Amino acid sequence: MTTQTNPQARGSSFWQSNFVYSFRKSPIAIISMIVFLLIALSAFFAPLLAPVDPYNQALFDIMDSELPPVWETYGDPRFIFGTDPQGRDMLSAILYGTRLSLLIGICAVAVQAFLGISIGLIAGYVGGRLDSLLMRMADIQLSFSTLMVAIIFLAVSQAIFGSDTFNKYAIVMLIVVIGVAEWPQYARTVRACVLAEKKKEYVDSARVLGFGPLRIMVRHILPNALSPIFVISTVQVANAIISEASLSFLGLGMPPSQPSLGLLISSGFDYIFSGSWWITTIPGIVLVVLVLVINLLGDWMRDVLNPRLYKGDK
Amino acid sequence: MALLSVKDLTVKFAMREQSVTALDGISFDLAKGERLGIVGESGAGKSITGFSLMKLISKPGFIDRGQIQFDGRDIAKMDEPALRDIRGNHMAMIFQDPMVTLNPVLTIGEQMVETLRAHRKLSLEEAEQIAIVKLREVYIPSPEERLRQYPHELSGGMRQRIIIAIALLLEPKLIIADEPTTALDVTIQADIMDLMLELCQTNKVSLILITHDLGVVNQMTERTLVMYAGRIIESGRTREIINDPQHPYTQGLINALPQQTLPGQPLKQIPGSMPSLTNIPTGCAFHPRCAYATSRCKTEIPRTLRFGAVEVACHEVERLKAGQGKAGTGQPAANGNASANGDTSAYDEASTYDEASANGSGS
Repeated sequence: MTTQTNPQARGSSFWQSNFVYSFRKSPIAIISMIVFLLIALSAFFAPLLAPVDPYNQALFDIMDSELPPVWETYGDPRFIFGTDPQGRDMLSAILYGTRLSLLIGICAVAVQAFLGISIGLIAGYVGGRLDSLLMRMADIQLSFSTLMVAIIFLAVSQAIFGSDTFNKYAIVMLIVVIGVAEWPQYARTVRACVLAEKKKEYVDSARVLGFGPLRIMVRHILPNALSPIFVISTVQVANAIISEASLSFLGLGMPPSQPSLGLLISSGFDYIFSGSWWITTIPGIVLVVLVLVINLLGDWMRDVLNPRLYKGDK
Repeated sequence: MALLSVKDLTVKFAMREQSVTALDGISFDLAKGERLGIVGESGAGKSITGFSLMKLISKPGFIDRGQIQFDGRDIAKMDEPALRDIRGNHMAMIFQDPMVTLNPVLTIGEQMVETLRAHRKLSLEEAEQIAIVKLREVYIPSPEERLRQYPHELSGGMRQRIIIAIALLLEPKLIIADEPTTALDVTIQADIMDLMLELCQTNKVSLILITHDLGVVNQMTERTLVMYAGRIIESGRTREIINDPQHPYTQGLINALPQQTLPGQPLKQIPGSMPSLTNIPTGCAFHPRCAYATSRCKTEIPRTLRFGAVEVACHEVERLKAGQGKAGTGQPAANGNASANGDTSAYDEASTYDEASANGSGS
């Protein structure tokens, strides 16, 4: 214990090095990470990578509509993944769509995490009536499905604000709706963690040293509850992306002028029986792969960070 | 004037219908720089005494009545912000298990600096300098490096030294140590105790040592309180209590020490176990286990009486004293129904003690 630790290990905590080690030992994690980074980076750099701007309808040529991908007969080398009925380049649309889906997914999860962690910490630490009240609120929230809440809210606000205003703020609306609808997932996990951590002596010793409740919650308990928060975050990003895609598919999400992955899938749906399969299928594959790799990463992370499987020193 | 003066401190826990008394009218004084031991079995109320001195009893517990005068102020009447100033700053506490007392995800340095900066206006560098000085005081080698380490990188003894250093960081007037060495190896126990004794003496810090180890109490403290079922049953100078215990319970504790038994003999136990707080016996709480109990013990709570050099709460202490005198001359301690079979002294022979108590609780 008192022996010399090597200089690299010093300063970084033990689980981090363990984390990196098991990452290198897991081919699934490595492949998922590579695919995720590939999708995320190409989405992030979409304005540089995309051949055309899919939001600028002036650039579309109706003569190019419903061209198949380049490897099919009649494929056009200008449009690698073909075009949609308006003559929009599918590759560009997918890149921009993925960008929107990821943005909405990550921001919605940030909203969820903020709400859920704050409420979970307070409920777990304060306990008593406040805990019961907050957790019953979470139960009520969970008893409505996310989609149901989102559909009602989005449909009502679309009717109130009119579709022009709605379309302008569609991203914000989606982030808020998905964020608010799913906070109980975080709140429950964080609360359970806090209840377990609160009994440990380091919390008593923090109280004995005269620290206030806010400092104990945020600085002492929260860092000890980070592993499960990481794990749910990955799963929740995947869920949020699916929720956004479903809402857009139902016409309650992004406007047709700024298609996300879900909207691209739904816009191709009308043409799938006329043989234009690529409009739906290619964005569909991207969505499935994106959600799959995020879930695989989350799964792997849960195995690594699970304290019950983890045999290291406390 | 006493640094700490506890008067009639009563702590209760609110249960569904009635409340349960965990501490029943505890009173004691502690002078500046004095070291006090609190001993007793598990469940006697030792730790609750320690926590209530900081007013850190979590719900459903509450201080029912009594005063805790610390440095001229009554802690029992203080509000949270005032208490936060006292805790850590003027009073510190050391816990039993150093493996779980430090926060596992913060470095030693972060925890020490945070403690300092929560109470004093200090820059990061100043706080680190103080932390290094304190780590040196507890004989931690290369303290600069330790500041960057996490608790899991250190051994148990090292961690307990660091916890002591954290307790001393703000130069408190009183340290409450709740079984500080129970979780450590015997060899390290002695080191830690020596260190605490040295630090208390050099820094003129008062110490309340909560333990069930009478050897440690003997080595470390000047005065001792013996607790049973939430009451103080004997108090006085440590030397007197160890060498000449008055209360039957204290006598039992001392006879139960392994040193009191010849090799090969069974250890002398006190029969029975500590009553649960929901079911404290009437009268003297110790009477069902006491070899000398009379009918008076079952109904009347004994008052604390000065008896020789110590204060004892026992009805029969004078009779016991007389019996002990006779035992010394080899006569049976014949008077009193409990030791009625008395072939030998009730003090010296474990077998008699057991039989006598069986008699006592049966009648």
